[in-house]
Amino acid sequence: MSKRLVKLSVNGREREDAISEHTLLLDYLREQLGLTGTKRGCDGGECGACTVLVDGKPQLSCITLACRCEGSEVSTIESLAQQGRLSALQTAFNEKLGTQCGFCTPGMIMAAQALLLREPDPSEAQIREALSGNICRCTGYVKIIESVQAAAAAMAQTAGEAA
Amino acid sequence: MRQPLIDGVEKVSGQALYTADLPSREALVGAILRSPLAHARIRSIDLSRARALPGVRAVISGDECDVPYGVIPIAQNEFALARGRVRYCGEPIAAVAAVDQATARAALDAIVLDLEELPTCFDAPSARAADAFQLHDDQPGNIARDVDHTFGDVEGGFAAADLVLEERFHYAEVTHAMMEPNASLASWDGERGRLTLHTVSQVPYYVHLILAQCMHLDASQIRVIKPFVGGGFGHRTETLNFEIIASLLARAAQGTVKLELSREESFITHRGRPETDVRLKIGLSSSGVIKAVDCEVVQRGGAYAGYGLVTILYAGSLLHAMYQLPACRYYGLRVYTNTPPNGAMRGHGSVDVRHAFESMLDTMAQTLGLDPFEVRRANLLSIPHRTINDLQVNSCGLGECLDKVQAASGWHERRASMPKGRGLGLACSHYASGSAKPVHWSGEPHAVVNLKLDFDGGITVLTGAADIGQGSSTLLAQMVAEVMGLSMQRLRVVANDSAVTPKDNGSYSSRVSFMVGNAAINAAKALLQILLQAAATKFGVPLEQVECHGESYVVAGSDKSLSYKEVVTLALQAGGTVTARGHWSTPRETQGGKFRGAAVGTSAGYSYAAQVVEVEVDEDTGMVRVVKVWVAHDCGRAINPLAVEGQVQGSVWMGMGQALCEETQYHQGLHMRANFLDYRIPTIVESPPIETYIVEAPDPNGPFGAKEAGEGSLSGFLPALTNAIAHATGLRLHELPATPDRMLDALVARKRALKLSAAKSAALKKEQA
Repeated sequence: MSKRLVKLSVNGREREDAISEHTLLLDYLREQLGLTGTKRGCDGGECGACTVLVDGKPQLSCITLACRCEGSEVSTIESLAQQGRLSALQTAFNEKLGTQCGFCTPGMIMAAQALLLREPDPSEAQIREALSGNICRCTGYVKIIESVQAAAAAMAQTAGEAA
Repeated sequence: MRQPLIDGVEKVSGQALYTADLPSREALVGAILRSPLAHARIRSIDLSRARALPGVRAVISGDECDVPYGVIPIAQNEFALARGRVRYCGEPIAAVAAVDQATARAALDAIVLDLEELPTCFDAPSARAADAFQLHDDQPGNIARDVDHTFGDVEGGFAAADLVLEERFHYAEVTHAMMEPNASLASWDGERGRLTLHTVSQVPYYVHLILAQCMHLDASQIRVIKPFVGGGFGHRTETLNFEIIASLLARAAQGTVKLELSREESFITHRGRPETDVRLKIGLSSSGVIKAVDCEVVQRGGAYAGYGLVTILYAGSLLHAMYQLPACRYYGLRVYTNTPPNGAMRGHGSVDVRHAFESMLDTMAQTLGLDPFEVRRANLLSIPHRTINDLQVNSCGLGECLDKVQAASGWHERRASMPKGRGLGLACSHYASGSAKPVHWSGEPHAVVNLKLDFDGGITVLTGAADIGQGSSTLLAQMVAEVMGLSMQRLRVVANDSAVTPKDNGSYSSRVSFMVGNAAINAAKALLQILLQAAATKFGVPLEQVECHGESYVVAGSDKSLSYKEVVTLALQAGGTVTARGHWSTPRETQGGKFRGAAVGTSAGYSYAAQVVEVEVDEDTGMVRVVKVWVAHDCGRAINPLAVEGQVQGSVWMGMGQALCEETQYHQGLHMRANFLDYRIPTIVESPPIETYIVEAPDPNGPFGAKEAGEGSLSGFLPALTNAIAHATGLRLHELPATPDRMLDALVARKRALKLSAAKSAALKKEQA
């Protein structure tokens, strides 16, 4: 199994790592970098728990080869909190109970993050569409939708105050 | 108080460590060899080639596993690794520990199996056939348990009824599909002969007991730790084979083994709700009052006993305590089949019979010209109520639940004039707040909580109750904070480390809020007493004159005051770090009657729920869309309304999964849907808004009056859905889930029948003419 030297950025940090050609992005993150916030929930592309952002777009890290991320910016759940404070989405998922067992939560939040990056004021239908590949077994999704809506509202308010 | 989870920050930030996330760079990789056949005699297993491979540290089989296990002490007939015989496809036969995944897989490939195929039974009828091959030598007829209970005058009741109806129903098998796949991290300390296991359990205490039993170890040499757990829904109530296998591998390899199951393997481990047939007969008076019930249930239980006898007893027991039943006969049969073992799943045993019951109440109300709400109201319990099968009900808010969903759904205004293909359906449901008798009857209190108060003024709640996402740790901290008058900032919870936390009977049958909640209140009261005494001594007044105001302690009617921190210091001066303990047990009168199986279904408090479901049925495609759900749940007292809503919504939605789309499927015993694409869980796209109302009928036994909230709303969804479908289409489904193909079959059959009868009457007319 040959390894390649891969340059990429993970959570804002430039890296140059030797990675086996068949290594999945999920395994690279979890095992090589110790970023275990990204979860393996299925045998490949079924559940969305491993969702990360690659260049701002949501991607299933369990069916992405790490070597294919050469030159890309990869963001995981660990990148969202800044200076010890949760992001708007994380705060909303916490306060609105968008998380119960928490296992789908990192993937769910990263998929929602991708949505809010491209659509800061999403409709309920847009939220449903953006999270359609992420399975949650606890919440019935009701409070997940509320969490994303609350985060969008909080971000709009912060942006308004800054302006 | 609406309280975010005490461990919510860890969950949303990605810091929460689940079993697979635990640091284990040096751990060996475990892997399991599973049976390719659904039923076979093991002629021989040759492990020598696997053992000889470089990098392989342990290879074990049933030879290293000579004690059977099972959740029910009187029905243990399963081995973690099969001995002599395999009874379902995917049953573990051997296991390896190796330096990496590739080596572990190569070792599995190097094991040589010689299996002799045996005859199979994949469903209950074939297992019950006279010539069926027996799965277990000591279980004739493949019957795991039969139950025949009669309470009251059943024949007299039917004779007195104005309307008697009998129908049959069939329910597909469903499974938990919790998001976190199964995983264990086992460490063997060879020097001292000790085992430490981190695992995904709902009941770490059972795991502890079973490990001691299966590994011939003194229980004190074992430590079981539950890290964050990604859901359970009953799957993790029993000790599961992989937990024992990981531990055996660690000992065989004299090291640390991480065993992570694939999603497919997690599906095969199963223990879900069985495929079930129900025959139900109900007798009603003309005003809708229930006169008699006769119910027969057959469950396809899978290859081993597991929880089976409890499930089949629950199905009969929880026919009661919902409505006033004057007479009821129940006949239940649990059958062995060559499929993965069934077990406990959210709403344990009560779900399928509740569907049949509520569905028939609807049909019969229609025949009698009664509104579905009225027929339910005609049968409400008068409180307190002792059922004819000796369940003690001390609170019931079902009437208020009905009022809430009737008004919220606009039932009367909207139901008569729904657009084509739309319908509204109602159903009720209930559940126990913990079994009043634990599975392991040890004579100990049913729940214990310890508190530690130290120099820093912080209170640590020590509990064995397993938080698997439902929020039990949060609730226990809230209860202590409430009694002490303190903010949650002063509370921490340490849970589920057998070396540190008190034993707990675990997270099953919705027992934690009720039982461990009561223990937490008692512990907090004991701690408060210590602080009040310390303050009274300092003040030089009798204890009764001291009042606790949370952050201050004062002498009543004076300006004498001490801060909380000062009182803590005084209490510590008396004897160092303060520990307080609280325990609780169910009152004797709630522990049920004297007949065989009487314990199952007993509880110190029952939750109640009513829900209205609105559906839209596309008659061209058979697609059923749930437009909206209105649900009201009586949880006694909502300690954390946010968590109650989350639990109720999750229950309703899980009921929707079973009602609409979830079902397992086997081909010659091979699981055909062991993944999230084929086992169809509702996604966010087809999940409806669930308008949630909390009803509070406080229970005299409940902690601050609270009852369960995590199961009682589940079973009501199924009949509310089919009642709504009946309203929308006139068709009543007797088989679930209501997948488009089943719906379409029913629609097409009706069309054919209509055509046929039209043709017949035309022919008749012709003849007459």
